[in-house]
Amino acid sequence: MTRVQLSRRHFVAGSAAALGGFSLGFHVPFQAKAAADAAPAEVPEINAWVVIHPDETVVVRVARSEMGQGTLTGLAQLVAEELECDWANVTTEYPTPGQNIARDRVWGSFSTGGSRGIRDSHDYVRQGGAAAREMLIAAAAAEWDVPAAECQVEKGVISHPGSGRTTTYGKVAQAAAAVSPPAEVQLKDPKDWKIAGQPLPRLDTRDKLTGRQVYGADLVMPGMVNAAIKACPYFGGRLAGFDAQAVTGMPGVQRVIQVDDTAVAVVADTWWRAKTALDALPITWDEGPNRDLSSASIQAMLEEGLDAADAFIGAEAGDARGALAGAERTVSAVYAFPYQNHATMEPMNATAVWTPERCEVWVPTQNGESSLAVAAEAAGLPVDKCEVHKIHLGGGFGRRGNFQDYVRQAVGIAREMPGTPVKLLWTREEDMLHGNYHPTTRCKLTAALGPDGEVSALHMRISGQSILASVRPEGMVGGRDPVVFQGLVLDNPEGSFGYAVPNLLIDHAMRNPPVPPGFWRGVNLNQNAIYVECFIDELAHAAGVEPLAFRRRLMANHPQHLAVLEAAANGIGWNEPAPAGRHRGIAQIMGFGSYVAAAAEVSVTDGQLRIHRIVAATDPGHVVNPAQVERQVEGSFVYGLSAALYGECTVSGGRMEQENFDSYQVMLMDSMPEVETIIMPSGGFWGGVGEPTIAVAAPAVLNAIFAATGKRIRTLPLKNHDLA
Amino acid sequence: MARLTINGTTRDVDVDPETPLLWVLREQLGMTGTKFGCGIAVCGACTVHVDGVATRSCVLPVSALTPEQAIVTIEGLSPDGSHPVQQAWLELDVPQCGYCQPGMIMAAAGLLAANPNPSDDDISAEITNICRCGTYNRVRVAIKLAAADNDATRNG
Ligand code: FES
Ligand code: FES
Repeated sequence: MTRVQLSRRHFVAGSAAALGGFSLGFHVPFQAKAAADAAPAEVPEINAWVVIHPDETVVVRVARSEMGQGTLTGLAQLVAEELECDWANVTTEYPTPGQNIARDRVWGSFSTGGSRGIRDSHDYVRQGGAAAREMLIAAAAAEWDVPAAECQVEKGVISHPGSGRTTTYGKVAQAAAAVSPPAEVQLKDPKDWKIAGQPLPRLDTRDKLTGRQVYGADLVMPGMVNAAIKACPYFGGRLAGFDAQAVTGMPGVQRVIQVDDTAVAVVADTWWRAKTALDALPITWDEGPNRDLSSASIQAMLEEGLDAADAFIGAEAGDARGALAGAERTVSAVYAFPYQNHATMEPMNATAVWTPERCEVWVPTQNGESSLAVAAEAAGLPVDKCEVHKIHLGGGFGRRGNFQDYVRQAVGIAREMPGTPVKLLWTREEDMLHGNYHPTTRCKLTAALGPDGEVSALHMRISGQSILASVRPEGMVGGRDPVVFQGLVLDNPEGSFGYAVPNLLIDHAMRNPPVPPGFWRGVNLNQNAIYVECFIDELAHAAGVEPLAFRRRLMANHPQHLAVLEAAANGIGWNEPAPAGRHRGIAQIMGFGSYVAAAAEVSVTDGQLRIHRIVAATDPGHVVNPAQVERQVEGSFVYGLSAALYGECTVSGGRMEQENFDSYQVMLMDSMPEVETIIMPSGGFWGGVGEPTIAVAAPAVLNAIFAATGKRIRTLPLKNHDLA
Repeated sequence: MARLTINGTTRDVDVDPETPLLWVLREQLGMTGTKFGCGIAVCGACTVHVDGVATRSCVLPVSALTPEQAIVTIEGLSPDGSHPVQQAWLELDVPQCGYCQPGMIMAAAGLLAANPNPSDDDISAEITNICRCGTYNRVRVAIKLAAADNDATRNG
């Protein structure tokens, strides 16, 4: 049990008790209305995280966004665990970003990315549950006039064994709301968890089976109009002109609106009519300064960086350059990873209503506070005159976090139509052409290999795009982007390099093509794991040592990295021969605070790859819901393998070439391997789940392909290579 | 104007005849369970049944449909989520973000209506919907679970 002092900020009861009141003067979508009705304003909150109704319903407030990763259920489990309520009574709701600001950010960060939903908030949400429990018990004890310490609670039923009295949370909630929060609470030892740690079903499944789940793209509001938009597809280009007259008479069309200096939107009664008119709208683009930009020119730019003199250092030990210069035997290889689009299944969208006094936005967002900031700026109104209502996301993967371009556009259009709700929905084409793309990098690795297969020196030079330089320049450290080195730095709890090499240099020549980069599930761990784990495999083969044994020698100082690798290898049966015609590969890395590994089994017949099985192992420290961890591992493999097998956005004439799923191919059911997941939490730290495993599927498969064919795939995607 | 029979009810819809069924469902009829993902018949998010056959509604103009053709959407697959495919999905907690799932469920129900006991290869060949969250393995197991339910051939 851990005793923690409560920070005052998270525990001051709000003056506006329950969240229900959307008394903002605008119509609200039906789902939000239903939620508001379900939480009538007279039910007081116990604290910011917990509202308990007289019918025993426990409403847990969740600040992070649900986008499929299960964080809604996981965070509710953590609160409910400490609250000691009956899980069967638990529901959830989102507080709004505006409420968070009005209450001194009582719910902390709304940001949902970096696999941080649980690991960054587990402490204060558990404290929120524990504090509410203490207040509920205190209220019952006061009513009975007995010491609170003599009372017990189980599943929301409070009892006083001495007098035989019992009551329930629902009955004392009103009184508990007036009790002062405790100065400190005791958190349970995770080994005593009953609700957290269990493979509970998700809280949000049922409506997803019947079509009742409302996504942003589905919103309907009284008087709402629909907007379709085209923004300049050329990077750095602008809208030069359009001929609104050509479409003004088309059915349903109400307005043709220029949105900032890059985009034009058609507003109509239905979205289909808006889109139809937009397709008919003559538009001319100013292609801007990058019309000669192409995948080839970007490649040349990055290749120059591979041998450039200047680079930012991410990890250094000994004297790698000197050791390599004097080495008898060196091995070298160049790898490359292309641009990827997030391609969430739900295209970008936002619904906005604007008046000179107020602006409200309904949006699927990974960061409600970013949405609010962008909405306020676009609305030309102070933040406290704006509000954002979060909606479940039809996929996020990083696209809906920092980038709120669709919010900016929706508010821009709504400003032209004061008082009218406007729903902006992108086409898939718009989504593909206006991504915040997984950046492209290339990597040159050179190692000194000793006579017994020891690696005495390694230089890993990454050349390519920095996400932070474009997206969050304030995160740069002395001009260096630390995120480039995910999984490659020494002794870092977020992701340590797992190999001990006496002379080591990992550096980055930053080369930033004018293509907007973004955080894409797994971020730079994706390609870093491919670079390191495939190259280590190359070294093992060059040394004539079996790849697991080769790694073991380098990993003596990294037992946690090695433990997951051994577990994955055991799981695939590494020490026994593979079935006839099948071949295996392994990979490991640490990222987002977790240790992950994978072992893949593939066959290649007449050039056709089939991935039969992947065994994954992950040590995220603590596990809140093992069933959701399994789903995240499987899902991350689909996302990572889609990129490795098929994914690439190519540039020609200053714009992306892929516009839809016909040219941006992704993994389907037919190429999905069996996945077994070994969850091996070792305790003592909190690592992420949604992203880290994405990085190990591709290198494990690529290493297995080498075992099967002798072909070393160093540039992705695989579809560009002939395996026959 | 189009006359369509949707989830057992025949209705007249005042709409441009070239409008795809998807948008008539979503915008004229307020049935937003059927999703828009690509608009070019590649992703399957918009899958409905037309005379029992899983059909991508984003490229199907309503002018191509007759009132005699029975259209079933996710809202009409069962009144209460009790179709064996939905039940199997619930038991295995299949959805992640859920956006692709109405299309997946309709595709799976269509497959089972035509082939009550699909093999793995049948499933791989027939279920070509995109799920970016990566629910494929659970979709596969859920289809087999629904197949084991002898009611699965019931068609909305
Ligand atoms: S929206 Fe119809 S197949 Fe993608
Ligand atoms: S569950 Fe999210 S796209 Fe399939």
